[in-house]
Amino acid sequence: MTRGAEALPRMASGLAKNLNETATIAIDAVADIVTARQRGREMALRLGFSETESTLIATIISELSRNVVLYAQHGEIRLEASTKSGKRGLVIISHDEGPGIPDVQRAIVGGYSTSGGLGLGLCGVQRMVDELHIDTKIGRGTTITAKKWLS
Amino acid sequence: MDVPVLKQRDYLIASVQAVLTDRDLVVLRDRLVEQVGYYRSIGVILDVTGLDVMDSFSVRTLRDMAHMIRLRGADTVIVGIQPEVAFSMVQLGLSLEGVPTALDLEEGLAYFDNRPKRNHTRLR
Amino acid sequence: MATGNKSKARERAKPAEKAGTATNETHVELLRELVAHLRQGRGPLREEWARRIMGARFLTAMTNDEILAEVSSVYDNYLGALETGSIEALEAYARDLSERIIPRGVETHEVVGIVLLLRDVLARSLFSKYGANEQALTRVLDAYEPAANRIANTVAVGFVQERERIIRQQQEAIRELSTPVLPVRERLLILPIIGIIDPQRARQLTEQLLRGIRINRAKVVVMDLTGVPAVDAAVANHLVQTVEAARLVGADVIVTGLAPEIAQTLVTIGVDLGKMATVGDLQGGIEEAEKLLGYKVVPIHETVE
Repeated sequence: MTRGAEALPRMASGLAKNLNETATIAIDAVADIVTARQRGREMALRLGFSETESTLIATIISELSRNVVLYAQHGEIRLEASTKSGKRGLVIISHDEGPGIPDVQRAIVGGYSTSGGLGLGLCGVQRMVDELHIDTKIGRGTTITAKKWLS
Repeated sequence: MDVPVLKQRDYLIASVQAVLTDRDLVVLRDRLVEQVGYYRSIGVILDVTGLDVMDSFSVRTLRDMAHMIRLRGADTVIVGIQPEVAFSMVQLGLSLEGVPTALDLEEGLAYFDNRPKRNHTRLR
Repeated sequence: MATGNKSKARERAKPAEKAGTATNETHVELLRELVAHLRQGRGPLREEWARRIMGARFLTAMTNDEILAEVSSVYDNYLGALETGSIEALEAYARDLSERIIPRGVETHEVVGIVLLLRDVLARSLFSKYGANEQALTRVLDAYEPAANRIANTVAVGFVQERERIIRQQQEAIRELSTPVLPVRERLLILPIIGIIDPQRARQLTEQLLRGIRINRAKVVVMDLTGVPAVDAAVANHLVQTVEAARLVGADVIVTGLAPEIAQTLVTIGVDLGKMATVGDLQGGIEEAEKLLGYKVVPIHETVE
């Protein structure tokens, strides 16, 4: 009886694991960009995204984590499986305590980059995710939240 | 991650078989740009089958590489871009801007064999 | 201990949470009593239910005889689930039932409706049996309602899941059929698209085409849009992106059969004509593709001579 009662919730949590999965990847060097996007792709595939969508998600993570390395040197990428009105999805949060983005509007509209055109693919990212929130303060840091839902 | 570079006839063939970091990619770019002169190659075939992602940085680096190689008198063809990677690239608005692409190594070689010979002076 | 807890449980509005096993036993006992009652009244209750189903104009896709037959088995399964507390048999039955009635066009609201009607018919019968004794009635309803809700839920969810499964299956089949990637010659693919392209179909189309290029080692693709009346800006954009992606994978795309409306949309979104080769019709497209591939099609008699 006791064993049975213990086994049940464990089984249930095993099943639900994919749906509550989260991961945090510290971004301190360019090699961490690769780690972050690989974790993101694996998670996206587990959540039911297609190969193409998962590659897109990995690319988005790559852009976001590169911005962390380029502009803030250190930070983290957090990946969270999520649901919204019955749809499953992946939430990507990049966080750093770097210099902040001086002109968010320009950064999203496209073409704008302050590090020689290598970083900040934010306009592409903006078009490819379902929701994008940018919270940035000059001198304090930037948190970007990108959400992509399964269609 | 070291990318093997092979000299085959007049061509250099670099085959990316695993995921590359930004730094690996820059190292590869510099090596190819250098070696194309050293071996007096007329073409470079870069096989990117192993690249999991082509983001703004990798696209930019490859594009720059092709342009630098062009300035040193050779041409570049990029082969092996995976379907998912290709579609992510265009969706994100990333373009190789005129750098030729082909299906795989074989097609890359065929690209060089079939094209009309160029007759302007090279930078060697 | 058992008796003490029992009498307490009777007075609680929400007995299940703290009273534990004793309450469960009470419920089981009560349910058994209640099932016996409902089984005894099986004939008239079933008829009453069927009458109300027809009165509510549910299951109009089925004949009265069919409704009566289904009603009998649903009724028995319902009592079985009440009695044993196990919904597995009912789940299986609900799936089976759904599989049978979905192709007949039975809708979700009808299924939910008939289960709620049964719940109502049975509750009324319990009212008339226990109504005189308020305490007994509360106890009976405390036992009956959670079980009945669970059953209603199981049947409704089973139906909806089955419906979704069928819809998904059909969508997939239709989508695959609707965008065939046809190898017509070595290295040449044709992608005839017919009908409306919605974003989902557009995505599928791209994935199939790009994969088809790799599998067939295609160098040229003719994408024929003769059968597509119009596209919105998003889909037009997607088509342009597909052409670009095909190029990156190593194949040139020739687009044929662009309707005036699509041409207009493409111009409106500012398509780069340098990136997209277009030919008027499919035949011209294939000829162009053959030229690109180095083929020359000659009538047989010319080669003989």
